[in-house]
Amino acid sequence: MAATAHNAKIMNRFELTKRLTSQLKRDEAVIGGIGNANFDLWASGQRPQNFYMLGSMGLAIPIALGVAIAQPKRHVVALEGDGSLLMQLGCLSTVAVVAPKNLTVVVWDNGIYQITGGQPTASASTADLVAIARGSGIANANWAADEGEFDRLFAEALKGGPSLVAARIDDKPGVATTDRDPVRIRAAFMAGLGVKR
Amino acid sequence: MNSSQTWHEIIQATLKANGVKLAVYVPDRVFTPLIKSLHADKDFITFACAREEEALGIVTGAWMGGMRGAVLMQTSGFGTIPNALASLVVPSQIPALIFVSERGTLGEFNLGQAMVCKTMRPVLDSLAVENHTITRLDELGFIVDRSIKQAVATQAPVTFILSPLLTGGKVFAA
Repeated sequence: MAATAHNAKIMNRFELTKRLTSQLKRDEAVIGGIGNANFDLWASGQRPQNFYMLGSMGLAIPIALGVAIAQPKRHVVALEGDGSLLMQLGCLSTVAVVAPKNLTVVVWDNGIYQITGGQPTASASTADLVAIARGSGIANANWAADEGEFDRLFAEALKGGPSLVAARIDDKPGVATTDRDPVRIRAAFMAGLGVKR
Repeated sequence: MNSSQTWHEIIQATLKANGVKLAVYVPDRVFTPLIKSLHADKDFITFACAREEEALGIVTGAWMGGMRGAVLMQTSGFGTIPNALASLVVPSQIPALIFVSERGTLGEFNLGQAMVCKTMRPVLDSLAVENHTITRLDELGFIVDRSIKQAVATQAPVTFILSPLLTGGKVFAA
């Protein structure tokens, strides 16, 4: 049996991003990973507590971990694609060891490196990112079978962590493009977190 | 600064005096005494991560959340971070405090370490990242203290390259 032979429905990242942000009622921080993860986060509404990562592929989860450590009373969500996560799998084991109660990782798995031309990722065939997360020590890691289960898993995740929710998604591109101004993005995010430098 | 302090005691005390709370490292033999004493100090949150660029991501997030952080790595680990520096830390203006235990010089026995060491300062200089090679115990506290203050004030990373002249380095066992 292929490791990815789960029967999760193929959903849409922008639709799920909107469902996710609609659940955020307590100024939770959201770190959007490079590319479409942060494009759709941007398109879903520019909350002051959103950070849009423009480079450094693979570092959305480490950035979220850092925010979670610095602000333990605020829940932090990392949105990361399959290709980006595969680039930095070790970060899952770090999250498991540090075990922040206020951190949730959301993985958008479309099985392709979408922005670079749609080349297949390992998750399209042999790698199961939820199994990898569990094997890394994040016991609360689950595939969302459909939109309803995604809502439920994410609502549960906001109650405590660390946790990982993965969704199979289609190959639709992001629906908007992030402003590419790292200083402004960083400063706005810090203001949104109530941090003065 | 007590003149009888070791290099790692000086670094720990200076980090503490400057409100640095987070220390993330990829293990290194030379840094072992500093890592041990940071772990033992309740004023610091100290843990290992799997890769050096991950450490930079973590301290970037921590800074944005209001916590100052330092990363510890050896020279070969520095070779893994140019992308994280160039595409995250530098353009986002993050005062990451980067401590590198220098290998590849002054008695290096591993050619791979010697080669990656040659890339370190050119990378830092090409990105205009402030960097200091520290060789003397009597200058260590001043350099680290002033440079942390500058990093925060100017919102820019700084790299401290700790020479074997300071730490003793790692010596060939045979």
